[in-house]
Amino acid sequence: MKVPTMAEMMAEGKSPEVLFWVGCAGSYDDRAKKITKAFVKILNNANIEFAVLGTEESCSGDPAKRAGNEFLFQMQAMTNIEILNAYEIKKIVTACPHCYNTLKNEYPELGGNYQVMHHTEYLKLLLDDGRLTIEGGQFAGKRITFHDPCYLGRANGIYEAPRDLIKKMDVELVEMKRCKSDGLCCGAGGAQMFKDSEKGDKEIFVERTEDALEVEPAIIATGCPFCNTMMTDGIKNKEKEEEVQVLDIAEIIASAKE
Amino acid sequence: MHYIPNILFAILLVVGIGFFTKNVKKLIRNIKLGKDIDRSDNSSQRWKNMANVALGQSKMVSRPVAGILHIIVYLGFIIINIEVIEIIIDGLFGTHRVFAFAGGLYSFLIGSFEILAFLVLISVIIFWIRRMIIRIPRFWNKEMTSWPKNDALNILYFEMVLMSLFLIMNAADLNLQLLGADHYVEAGSFPISKYIAGWLPQNIDTLIFIERSAWWIHIIGIFIFLNYLYYSKHLHVLLAFPNTYYANLDPKGKLNNLESVTTEVKMMLDPDADPYAMPEETKTDEVPEKFGANDVVDLNWIQLMNAYTCTECGRCTSVCPANQTGKELSPRAIMMKTRDRIEEVGKNIDLNGSFKEDDKSLFTTISNEEIWACTSCNACVEECPVQIDPLSIIVELRRYLVMEQSSAPQELNMMFTNIENNGAPWQYNQMDRLNWKDE
Repeated sequence: MKVPTMAEMMAEGKSPEVLFWVGCAGSYDDRAKKITKAFVKILNNANIEFAVLGTEESCSGDPAKRAGNEFLFQMQAMTNIEILNAYEIKKIVTACPHCYNTLKNEYPELGGNYQVMHHTEYLKLLLDDGRLTIEGGQFAGKRITFHDPCYLGRANGIYEAPRDLIKKMDVELVEMKRCKSDGLCCGAGGAQMFKDSEKGDKEIFVERTEDALEVEPAIIATGCPFCNTMMTDGIKNKEKEEEVQVLDIAEIIASAKE
Repeated sequence: MHYIPNILFAILLVVGIGFFTKNVKKLIRNIKLGKDIDRSDNSSQRWKNMANVALGQSKMVSRPVAGILHIIVYLGFIIINIEVIEIIIDGLFGTHRVFAFAGGLYSFLIGSFEILAFLVLISVIIFWIRRMIIRIPRFWNKEMTSWPKNDALNILYFEMVLMSLFLIMNAADLNLQLLGADHYVEAGSFPISKYIAGWLPQNIDTLIFIERSAWWIHIIGIFIFLNYLYYSKHLHVLLAFPNTYYANLDPKGKLNNLESVTTEVKMMLDPDADPYAMPEETKTDEVPEKFGANDVVDLNWIQLMNAYTCTECGRCTSVCPANQTGKELSPRAIMMKTRDRIEEVGKNIDLNGSFKEDDKSLFTTISNEEIWACTSCNACVEECPVQIDPLSIIVELRRYLVMEQSSAPQELNMMFTNIENNGAPWQYNQMDRLNWKDE
């Protein structure tokens, strides 16, 4: 696996085509690290010159901002922007819709102007440019449903890129009754990931998992490390680990040929 | 003596419109209690948005049954009101059906009004059935008791009565026309009220009594309804237009960056900054800006207009993931409580000349539990047929709790500390950030 850092690239006098913003979940969370590696595998296979910030990357500030800590958010944002600008970054791709939304929408006013893409958008672009081929492989013919991440869908209006990728896999894409702009949240957003949920009669991730199970998929596809965690918990809660897998689109594409 | 009805009518008109004007002024004053926010950009896109969402009702039809019925009532409301112009002229000058000279066109118009009035009546009855017999859950959430519940029913009853009066008035008029009564020129077509006409007596005096009574109660009803708006969720018939014009055009995921924070953070990060220097333009007697909002004056005027625009339809609450799973949060209740607080502050100002501290705030009615249940998923914002943004208010309240009160849930404080110390919401060393590569 080739994962050059910006510092290494800089030392070699090279600049990457795109910066891969890994995000905290993608860096530290055991489940999300698999998504990170799957995405890197795709980039390596497609010979994309990319780089990561490595230890110079820091939280985008999204959970702090959504939890109301604007100070901490802006501290994070400005520190990150300083580093990104020092490396003269133009293009960023990330597998986390929360980082994506913050970098894309909230950094510009603070001096960080980049072309920011979600990994599904970027992969779609590579596909359209003929730099990436996708095949169904072991997934061909399987029933897949896609859970829209709020911060990709409603927050930024991206519904088709992930679906276009899934459709390329010769699979049966089935939609949940609540999908796209009507998609139900997994329950992790707005900093809920980092706290217990408030008092209620049900967990949101269970409600959403029920939506997914209703269409009897073999795979629940996600595009967000937090949604992935929540849906995985939901499947465990429903004791369906044997029948249903929860996989990021990058993981599906990367492992199709295995 | 002959002019008494005309004078009475003129008084009614002046009083009705006078009170309405007074309330509109109060409404504008109250909305302006909010902070300034610049939404003067993109006017062509804003007009287009308003035409689509308010005039074209594009978001209403995402729920087809309610949407289509609402469009009927909405069209009825707008089109039948053309008739009110004639009623006002007739009332002021003692004429009867002053536009009758338009002949065929007049007949066409009156005929259309009648069909619409009938359809409105049917729609409103279906609305009532949905609310009271089918008891659609979003009309029965816990915030929908007392006034909000009565308000919704009042509006339906009002519309039923007004439409019925309009048709009865026409039915009596038709009979009078056929009987050749003085003053009742043959004009109009009556595709609906002709069926009612058969039920009415054929005596001219009785018919005149029915026709005049219906005419007067109808127009008095309209004036009462007009003045009812300010106190009711029905204010949306007016505010839906400015509310959609000034709606947020940015991606829904984008939250504003607090400028006051930016200034301070820049100073903190600037290695050349003199930590003891006074900020340049700060006057010593200036109150430092509050972060976030605990009262309506800390919200911006668009958020306050949002609160007045809310029709309490509850679509937001019905799609809210927190609400669906039994949490305290209801985006509709956030809007309703905000409006109640604006009213309270407004009344306070009316009474005392300027706002007198009342030891109340938005947190008097909105609990922390509600605020912390939000996943910021934007479902409520997406769903609102008039583009109200409850999420932006929730975020302002969170900002206040965190930055002014330091009263975030303990787990979130730990998350903040982790981000501050190691650049991640969890307790991992920043130096381990690339370890995944070799695992």
